[in-house]
Amino acid sequence: MDEILAIACKSAQSAEVFRVTSSRTPVQFEANRLKQIQTKDASSTALRLVKDGRVGFAQASGRINAAELVNMALDTSQFGFPADFTFPYLQPNNAIKTYDPSIENVTIDDMIGLGSAIIDAVCHNTAGIICEGSVSRGTATFEIASSEGGYASYRRTNFSISMDGMLVRDGDILYVGDIQSSCRPVSDHKAISREIIRQLELARENAAIHSGTLPVIFTPYGVAGALLSPLISAFNGKTVLDGASPLKDKKGSPVFDGKFSLSDDPTIAYQPGSSPLDDEGVRTRRNTLIYQGKVVQFYYDLHTAALSGNSSTGNGVRSGGMPSPAIHALVIEDGGTSLTDMIKDMKEGIIIEQLMGAEQGNILNGDFSGNVLLGYKIENGSVTGRVKDTMVFGNVYQLLKEVAAIGSDSRWIGGYVKTPSIYCPAISVSAK
Amino acid sequence: MKDRLFAALKGHQADYIEVRLDESKSSRLVYRGERLEEAGRSAGTGGCVRALVRGGWGFVSFNSLDKLPENVALAVEQARQVGKSESQFSPANPVVDKVPAEFKKNPIDVPLATKNNILAEYNRIMLGTKDIQTTSIGYADIKKKVTLATSEGTYIEQGRIDLNLRLSAIASKDGDVQQVGLSIGSKGDFATVENLHEKVQDIAHRAVALLSAPNARGGAYTVVLDPVLAGVFVHEAFGHLSEADHIYENPQMRELMVLGRRFAGKHLNIVDGAAVPGYRGSFKYDDEGTPATKTYLIKQGVLTSRLHSRETAAKMGEQPTGNARAINYTYPPIVRMTNTFIEPGSTSFEEMLSGIKEVVYAKDWYGGTTSLEMFTFSAGEAYMIRDGKIAEMVRPVVLTGNVFTTLDNIDAIGNDLDMNQGGGCGKAGQSPLPVSNGSPHIRIQNCLVGGK
Repeated sequence: MDEILAIACKSAQSAEVFRVTSSRTPVQFEANRLKQIQTKDASSTALRLVKDGRVGFAQASGRINAAELVNMALDTSQFGFPADFTFPYLQPNNAIKTYDPSIENVTIDDMIGLGSAIIDAVCHNTAGIICEGSVSRGTATFEIASSEGGYASYRRTNFSISMDGMLVRDGDILYVGDIQSSCRPVSDHKAISREIIRQLELARENAAIHSGTLPVIFTPYGVAGALLSPLISAFNGKTVLDGASPLKDKKGSPVFDGKFSLSDDPTIAYQPGSSPLDDEGVRTRRNTLIYQGKVVQFYYDLHTAALSGNSSTGNGVRSGGMPSPAIHALVIEDGGTSLTDMIKDMKEGIIIEQLMGAEQGNILNGDFSGNVLLGYKIENGSVTGRVKDTMVFGNVYQLLKEVAAIGSDSRWIGGYVKTPSIYCPAISVSAK
Repeated sequence: MKDRLFAALKGHQADYIEVRLDESKSSRLVYRGERLEEAGRSAGTGGCVRALVRGGWGFVSFNSLDKLPENVALAVEQARQVGKSESQFSPANPVVDKVPAEFKKNPIDVPLATKNNILAEYNRIMLGTKDIQTTSIGYADIKKKVTLATSEGTYIEQGRIDLNLRLSAIASKDGDVQQVGLSIGSKGDFATVENLHEKVQDIAHRAVALLSAPNARGGAYTVVLDPVLAGVFVHEAFGHLSEADHIYENPQMRELMVLGRRFAGKHLNIVDGAAVPGYRGSFKYDDEGTPATKTYLIKQGVLTSRLHSRETAAKMGEQPTGNARAINYTYPPIVRMTNTFIEPGSTSFEEMLSGIKEVVYAKDWYGGTTSLEMFTFSAGEAYMIRDGKIAEMVRPVVLTGNVFTTLDNIDAIGNDLDMNQGGGCGKAGQSPLPVSNGSPHIRIQNCLVGGK
């Protein structure tokens, strides 16, 4: 990294090098059996530099020639945007725990055992189900150095178990599944099989549903899949800067129900979305986006913050190119209502667990529409069975403006969203 | 390199081993509104080893070739830990071949400044349109060389050049935000992203028009799909279900997908094939070295074949179709589509609309996904057609169907096949894989449309 900086600074005014080195071992299951063991080692190096006041960028995976990388970045700098920020002085930050060396003590045999235990439990509950999934452990090292001085690095471990079940029954195909992940080893395979079996039990029978407006409960999976992408887009400092966010002039206004609070929190110990620094070396922090229904703030990286007269909120994230604003881990605050009480409250309604196609609409204005891939019908306060071949249509801003209740059943979904169930008074349902 | 790879493959107790190496160079330009947000270049090298022992697989990916012999040994050891039965893998004759990248106007030779100027022109057109709030443009091209060496003696070098461009015009008024996009892709011809000025102006006008368009009413409709959206439909509705890795180890799925089952009327023919030349899903060999084919998935309404890798073909007692593809060296090949389309019929667009009271005419695509049985696909543009005449524009709709009923509800197939090259396909974390899909206009009865 020092060599790249040294060569870059011969031609450029300033430069920054970001490197990720990772190793991951996924153990994969297919058709209820162990299928494949993988080992994936990778490294990539990205160079951002400022030449004649403009930003250039290049990256390389694998072994790289420092001079070639610098030349590629210099070549792009002639078109680059004006450098409106300076690379921060880099300081290590050890306050947020993301590394657990005990992950290395989990053997391949242990991982095979975890996956097999879940498959055994699910197959024991439901004959004929076909499970597919993986148990994976990995370590990644993040390093950043800049010509402004300093060097920072941190390591993050990850352990995740995901399992999906597919049940073909009378020409129907039913999907169920769960995922748990952490920076520490996950050993509670029973929590995963219990969740999959819960979904199977609720979907045991098919239930008829009619077109119309019905009350709806989004389970944690439903919230994560159907409601969050419009909000992630609307709170992005870049969408706000471009004037394409419906919330652009709503800071401080009560746009959502008073029971609804949302934050981006990369500071929680051992969560896969946590990190002490963002991908530009800025210290991360917990950012409240919505507090009791009011819009509090948007999230920024260095460049977008500079363009809009703000400071970076520690949300500069790289996903294949230059850093841009992205969330780390969204947390929706718990309410006080149990899922059972929400269900009891409904005369006729629908529970949405998985919505297919929700992100294919006009996310910018909050509209979503999708096929209920996994959902249940409620009649007179109890679940009567699975709803299928059904479309719902809603708008996130209308749904979250008046929420009937927020659940007390918060859980992490894949390590990047923590949410309870949310009960909304009305959604439009279309069925044949 | 050839000798080095074959040396590394020798002397292991495995039923099959392959080494695949990738070398790539790419460039990328991103605009947000007036700002060029990213001008970047990247280069990459890497490789992987996959080994099969007694039905179990091991896979190792890496960036450096320094430890190739150790990586081969690790893949074999991992496969041995998994393998408990017998390997089933279709036999193949060794192939030695060198396939250079195809191109017309090579994007790699076009200076970044020229690319930038073209995007800037398109951007000015959109931003200069009244009520357009902002834009988003992403352009990327990649030149790739993939080398495959197998323990059976196959050694193939294949080049490929791929490019794509996505533009979005975003209109805003009184707190409402609407957008319309355009996606273009090509296997090695930069000319496909030139001279799009009229189309770009059109998406900007449509985005503005959407601000005053109503939402469609939800419910079951007769729908007519244009060739672009019908291509996405065939990809989601039937293409994925034809991928044998969803079927081969699932006894109930094998029953549902038994060859000879009727899915639709005699007028429906669905094809997939990388041997169909000139599209983004075209190639000479797949990532297991199997020569590309052209496969009829549905012929005259009946399931006739499906897409295979060498493993799924062997396990189902069928022939490999050359559909094992990996997006890059960090993944093993899995069964994927290539160029997927509905063959043209004889109905004209006018005939398709005549005599029907109300039709949703859905055009262009925004996205699509499938759960094999049920699928959704979303239009980028939609109109109500009443008594054969195009009436009001409505906001883009999401449509859904069920494979066991919807294909049979196709009651008219147009004569105007067109291929769409703007999309990419995602499966098992490998996304976006270059594919193409297409169709003539088609009409579907009783199709569920999401809406208020």
